[in-house]
Amino acid sequence: MDITARSAVELHTMLVEKEIQAQELTAACLEKIRTDDQEIRAFLTVTAEQALKQAAAVDQKIAAGEKIGLLAGIPMALKDNISTLGIRTTCASKILESYIPPYDATVAEQLAQAGSVLLGKLNMDEFAMGSSTENSGFGKTCNPWNRKHVPGGSSGGAAAAVAGDEVVFSLGSDTGGSIRQPASFCGVVGLKPTYGAVSRYGLIAYASSLDQIGPVTRTVADNAHVFNAIAGHDAKDSTSIAFDKPDYSQFLQREIKGLKIGVPREYLAEGIDPEVKRVIREAIQTYTDLGALVEECSLPHTKYALAAYYLIATAECSSNLARYDGVRYGLRAAEAEDILGMVKQTRARGFGAEVKRRIMLGTYALSSGYYDAYYLKALKVRTLIKQDFDQAFAQADVLLAPTAPTTAWAFGAKADPLSMYLADICTIPVNLAGIPAISLPGGLAGGLPVGIQLMAKPLAEGVLFQAAHAFEQATAFHTLKPAPTGGAL
Amino acid sequence: MMTENRYEMVCGVETHVELATKSKIFCGCSTEFGREQNTQVCPVCEGLPGVLPVLNREVVKLAVRAGLALNCHIAEFSKFDRKNYYYPDLPKNFQTSQYDLPICQNGWLDIRTGEQVKRIGVTRAHMEEDAGKLVHSGETITTSQESYADYNRTGVPLLEIVSEPDMRSIDEVIAYLEQLVGILEYTEVSDCRLEQGSVRFDINVSLRPAGQEVLGTRTETKNLNSFSSVRRCLEYEILRQAEVLDEGGQVIQETRTWDEGRGVTLSLRSKEEAHDYRYFPEPDLVPLVLDRDWIEKVRAELPELPEARYARLQSLGLSAYDAGVLTSSKALGDFFDQAGRHYPDAKNLANWVMGDLTRLLNARQWSVKDALIQPRQLAAMLELIDKGVISGKIAKSVLEDMVVSGKDPEQIVKEKGLVQISDESALLTVIQEVLQAQPKSVEDFRSGKEQALGFLVGQVMKATKGQANPGVVNQLLREQLTEQ
Repeated sequence: MDITARSAVELHTMLVEKEIQAQELTAACLEKIRTDDQEIRAFLTVTAEQALKQAAAVDQKIAAGEKIGLLAGIPMALKDNISTLGIRTTCASKILESYIPPYDATVAEQLAQAGSVLLGKLNMDEFAMGSSTENSGFGKTCNPWNRKHVPGGSSGGAAAAVAGDEVVFSLGSDTGGSIRQPASFCGVVGLKPTYGAVSRYGLIAYASSLDQIGPVTRTVADNAHVFNAIAGHDAKDSTSIAFDKPDYSQFLQREIKGLKIGVPREYLAEGIDPEVKRVIREAIQTYTDLGALVEECSLPHTKYALAAYYLIATAECSSNLARYDGVRYGLRAAEAEDILGMVKQTRARGFGAEVKRRIMLGTYALSSGYYDAYYLKALKVRTLIKQDFDQAFAQADVLLAPTAPTTAWAFGAKADPLSMYLADICTIPVNLAGIPAISLPGGLAGGLPVGIQLMAKPLAEGVLFQAAHAFEQATAFHTLKPAPTGGAL
Repeated sequence: MMTENRYEMVCGVETHVELATKSKIFCGCSTEFGREQNTQVCPVCEGLPGVLPVLNREVVKLAVRAGLALNCHIAEFSKFDRKNYYYPDLPKNFQTSQYDLPICQNGWLDIRTGEQVKRIGVTRAHMEEDAGKLVHSGETITTSQESYADYNRTGVPLLEIVSEPDMRSIDEVIAYLEQLVGILEYTEVSDCRLEQGSVRFDINVSLRPAGQEVLGTRTETKNLNSFSSVRRCLEYEILRQAEVLDEGGQVIQETRTWDEGRGVTLSLRSKEEAHDYRYFPEPDLVPLVLDRDWIEKVRAELPELPEARYARLQSLGLSAYDAGVLTSSKALGDFFDQAGRHYPDAKNLANWVMGDLTRLLNARQWSVKDALIQPRQLAAMLELIDKGVISGKIAKSVLEDMVVSGKDPEQIVKEKGLVQISDESALLTVIQEVLQAQPKSVEDFRSGKEQALGFLVGQVMKATKGQANPGVVNQLLREQLTEQ
């Protein structure tokens, strides 16, 4: 097996045993990026020089006999909405094309501390708004399983880079499914942590009350290890939770006999592809065989989630994105006659269509006279959705559902915004409730990966790793690989 | 009431006061005034992409202290909201403020105009962040070729204190502002440096025909930063509105701005053009939950407030005027109180503090805080006068020395040899010399001209360089003149 295809756990052993050097590993990934990413286009920025320096530092530590952490020397990349000191961070938007942050996001600092090697920044839907990465201001990313298909979104680059073995892991962000859905489409493992479990400091906001950073990996074990590195309270993020962080890798080996798994019937209703339903049925069988107790359950307010999400998220984004006015950084329409003209032209030129659509939606939802009917009502729906989950988790340890209603679609197949919004129907309720959820490979349909989604109570990421790891070990879908050419239809 | 009593004015004031914290409301940057542009900034107060606010606890403490001093109810549960509007002095293009659940509500303060005491309602007080400062190459942002933004002030904590529309005259408005600023100074919630713009007022005023219940249409004039501007602005605005009403017209509800140079208010934007601020809860901050016991602890730590000091000073025997002067300047009042701990005669002390000491300070444009003299040193100096060690006249020069040098009065007296001469034999020698040198005055006195004695005392004082005890000199002179 190509070393770039190995897991962080395997690579750690190889580094410690001196079977490979961190610099070799980084060079191999950079070579993979050089050859494959011309077509995949997961990266917006590659930081080769800096990466090799970071790798050399790890090699020095190993040579000096120092103990290294599990992620030390492991190549990774960050979604381009995570701020990196001195490295261009664009949110895949023309408005931030030239923006170089003067500070590191907390997660970027944490991974640097852990010795991970940053290879660059990954493509996404502009400002994380979209489900296919087609909304990027800098071109689309291809799905490594079929290059005529989307990788999902908005963390499409983060999923494609990991699925295409360009990096060992990546960090994405998930506001309505933006980690889990591309993980499902690309056949990798993606975790949306509990809201507040990972610091948002330095994550360029889309919708502040929903955004969470999480790991994208090829194995559940790797996911737990990356989560170990980034979870925890951060004094710079008032919404981050102070909690006793366990070692999440200790959950991996736990048996799941007797684990109570609920299957919400609303997630297998109309609009879910029959092939996706088949994968879920097979997953239920696998879990039953492993000794878990699987039962149907109900989350009755699920049907209102999408509407509530598109009011809350857009309302917050209309305010969060107000700062891009050309005054201080990023794009500026310098030829404008006056300040108002400058702001208007900068935003007209800098933002893509979907971003403008959501800013307008959100501005409308917050406007005087509409606030109660839209925004306030959406907040009430959010409370009902939370209560649904509370009740479900009174009976079940974990909920099992599809991650997305379909497999990855072909480029351009969902030109109508509403059909694109509907693609997030299985992932959005989790963000509204603030609970954790993981997507992991559940099989293939028509040669494309299908993810299964597990959800748990707030801060119960441990049980997600436990249940996901057991499934992964029982099925080995994670070992399936796209054809080297990326396959054809 | 209006001059001609045709209309009654109704006025309410919004006061924005900078809180006296060392660091900003949502980041660790310094709040110090007057530093070089954009040197007190960080990614958070510059509103760079991805940053998050963290609430400064000290801001909450000062807001609660102000609220308690203004007799407000302190909310155990309050939250922050975003006020959305575009302006380049606001890096995020929204201001983090408090909307429907402010930290302080339903308070009041009492004002005095002449003999009248009136209670003015305080609707609410809420925390928010200040914006930056724009410098234009021309007059305004729209007429300038270039505008520069200084974000040092961005994120400086503000408390916005909103009064009820309870004021009915300009004097009441000024009395309210003085009382409010006094309370904020006394509680050390703010430095209240009006000249630096650390307190700014928005004035809402309307007129209604005398005797009418229904309120007239109001205007809001924004961003006044001195009591005199408020007075002039109100004088102008009332006259303007009265003229509109006299002509049968209607006052337009609008936001106006004060042109200090021309002494007029100008229309800024009408009600129709008013911003829709699209307030919504700030998702980057968690709600603020305060513990009742903690609030009570802050209450227990409140210092004496102006009204209490005013009453106490009068109970010490000071006149209402003196008590008022020593209350209106907290620093001078504090100095008086501290000196008073070492000196029992409050009236005498007040005379010195408000008289000679104030005169010496004014001559140097100093506050009492700038002077080196300590309160106990003034008390010690007064003791020296009372014991007859120095004369009142000598004391004036001793005081001047103390103000600039901070030396003890005893030391100054000793160094300069200023001890008063009360020794009769020593003084008699000088008196003999003066009487011999001034035969005409001696003659005048003996022929019944009392004033001549004063002249002779003056001559003795002059001969002793002011060190003679005037009482003793007077007595000895009289004896000498009547004996012979």
